[in-house]
Amino acid sequence: MNNPKVTAYRRENGRVGIRNHVIILPLDDLSNSASEKVAFNIKGCKALPHAYGRLQFGEDLQLFFRTLIGTGANPNVAAVVVIGIEPEWTNIIVDGIAETGKPVSGFSIERHGEIKTVEMASWKAKEYVHWASELKREECDLGEIWVSTKCGESDTTSGLASNPTVGNAFDKLVAMGATCSFGETSEITGGEMIVKERAATPEAAKQFMTLFDRYAEMIDRNKTDDLSGSQPTKGNIAGGLTTIEEKAMGNIQKIGRKCKYVGALDKAVAPTGPGLWYMDSSSAAAEAVTLWAAAGFVAHFFPTGQGNIIGNPIEPVIKLTANPRTASDMSEHIDYDCSAILRGEMTLEESGDNLMEMLIRTCNGRLTAQEVLGHEEYVLTKLYESA
Amino acid sequence: MIQFLVHEKDDNVGVATVDIKTGEVAQGLYMDSQESIEMKTLQDIPLGHKIALTDIAADTSIIKYGADIGRVVAEIKAGEHVHTHNLKTRRW
Repeated sequence: MNNPKVTAYRRENGRVGIRNHVIILPLDDLSNSASEKVAFNIKGCKALPHAYGRLQFGEDLQLFFRTLIGTGANPNVAAVVVIGIEPEWTNIIVDGIAETGKPVSGFSIERHGEIKTVEMASWKAKEYVHWASELKREECDLGEIWVSTKCGESDTTSGLASNPTVGNAFDKLVAMGATCSFGETSEITGGEMIVKERAATPEAAKQFMTLFDRYAEMIDRNKTDDLSGSQPTKGNIAGGLTTIEEKAMGNIQKIGRKCKYVGALDKAVAPTGPGLWYMDSSSAAAEAVTLWAAAGFVAHFFPTGQGNIIGNPIEPVIKLTANPRTASDMSEHIDYDCSAILRGEMTLEESGDNLMEMLIRTCNGRLTAQEVLGHEEYVLTKLYESA
Repeated sequence: MIQFLVHEKDDNVGVATVDIKTGEVAQGLYMDSQESIEMKTLQDIPLGHKIALTDIAADTSIIKYGADIGRVVAEIKAGEHVHTHNLKTRRW
């Protein structure tokens, strides 16, 4: 599979998107209502309501700004209308997104009221939708597509077949110059030395360990049950997993046999070049995929065992399973069934090729199961309480 | 019918893809080379659990995915069930 072509949207800054969304992005919880009203008025755009954006401060505020700006800047997004209660933070988001060169406008509700704001924002959204609807897909290299991965509701079939299928595809993507990412810091706990060894350089290993130690300190500070000591879980052990090393190895099958990560990123930070990147993230599916979308990733591989149904409003989630029961009784959520590996009827190499084929079809416009079912979990990561 | 899979040639355990009963001659497959392997089981191996492919001495390692996944704490015979009773993490 040498350098396959896909038809996608090349944005003003050169990045390649596979969707053409016009989004109505609320700055804060108070502006969800206006955003959803605009999205109701104007067909062809979507609102991304969320719970935060008021009285956040420090690192938590920086992450919040980075996530909202990154969401609007994502190449799957053609244009953005930002609505906030007040103009100052609204403009920070607008200015951040504007750096990509894409059309973006901000509206604030104070001094206008919601009804007038909805009217003004609806006119702008209408203009953007007309404009975006005439943008044309063009031929791009598959290697220009940024792909993230995390698994969910994992079981034995994940480590055996669906995670290694993603790994096989990642090896092929990275070899053709693509930008890929994995994370899930909590799932790596106990196997962090194994992940450290997969760094391409001592600097990348150091970046990873800094992020890992920060996570471990956070867990310690909040005095939950000792997560590290409880790994693997009782459910994992009942399923046949014995040690944390084994669990971590099953998890990192997603990064393939060959590729090594070139750097480790904080949450929602965009990579600065091609290759595989570690990104610090929660293992909660919706939070993690929202962070990858904000970091600029345009497609996501999601291997599942027991059947996690997560989706994202702007980054299509391609779900695969090797569990024949999940492929059968939850079939509406699954894009690719690789259970034939367990029967010895398909090799990992073939399965990786099949997943690449599904990625290419998704890039060319095939809607994923999650998109068709309308799963649009936009969940912001909050580091601590608001002031 | 395939009853267990082995990730890599160097692994000393396979993973059951169906429930395997004591005394069966189970059919396995190496995922890297696609070579077949047979193992006579000495214990029941539930779906998803590990079966020893060779005799394994105490204080050595269980190798899965080509990697050390922990320390053997009780001698294991080929065909036996490998789990928490004979394998412990090196972490804690």
